Amino acid sequence: MTDMTLKPQGDREIVVVRAFNAPCDLVFDAFSKPELVKRWMLGSDGWSMPVCTIDFRVGGKGRYEWKSPDGQHGMALSSEFVEIDRPARIVHTEVFDGTPQPVESIITSTFVETAGRTTMTMVIRYPSPQVRDFMLKSGMEHGMGLSFQRLAGILAKP
Amino acid sequence: MSLDSTFAALADPTRRAILARLSLGEASVNELAEPFSMSQPAISKHIKVLEHAGLISRGRDAQRRPCRLEPKALDEANQWLEHHRAIFEARFQRLDGLLEEMKAERAKRKPAPTKSTSKGARK
Repeated sequence: MTDMTLKPQGDREIVVVRAFNAPCDLVFDAFSKPELVKRWMLGSDGWSMPVCTIDFRVGGKGRYEWKSPDGQHGMALSSEFVEIDRPARIVHTEVFDGTPQPVESIITSTFVETAGRTTMTMVIRYPSPQVRDFMLKSGMEHGMGLSFQRLAGILAKP
Repeated sequence: MSLDSTFAALADPTRRAILARLSLGEASVNELAEPFSMSQPAISKHIKVLEHAGLISRGRDAQRRPCRLEPKALDEANQWLEHHRAIFEARFQRLDGLLEEMKAERAKRKPAPTKSTSKGARK
């Protein structure tokens, strides 16, 4: 019932599809209300999310910060909402802290309800195939800050 | 090896079919061209893309130069995707739990659930 797919699409996108056993508006809330987002969008292996602020309106900003269990490592990203169509669609940008130059990905999330179940489709679009490649290889969690140093070289390539 | 060249190579159905054929054993370009109603140069082009992505290699035999599968590049791409699937799935399983709580809370407030959009503050 919870089959998830995550696969590359085209040359610079990743698509994640997952169904949830809940109506659309509840899923939409869980993706957009900070007090709810904080409860599930955690990292693996005990990473916590001490900061989650969301100004949920077009042009509004979001801020997400994670910490490793020992407090030694962290990662953070800032977002901005581009499109909001409750409860069907959210388009937002994400920029991770610590990149040598800002790398903005655009995330389009759509929610479709059928018989009380909601299918979420998230298309993550990176600025180039190289950045997508880098993001997949670096992992979205551990040591992100460290590996960002390598991104400078990757972005410098034609 | 870049994942991007692996993904690009895998995006084409003919190239995926070539890989599927090679998973049964090595084959020459002629042998690969047969089932595809495609010219040999067209197949050769696909083979070059697969070779460049590190997904296949060519034998030394000067006449036949058989193609064979190199599973390492495919394994690597799969491993990275698996890593991200695991991260997302762990989050989504927590979200499943949260949604159950939200549904239970809504049922408490609204004993007869109707199809209305929710308004009002939710704690």
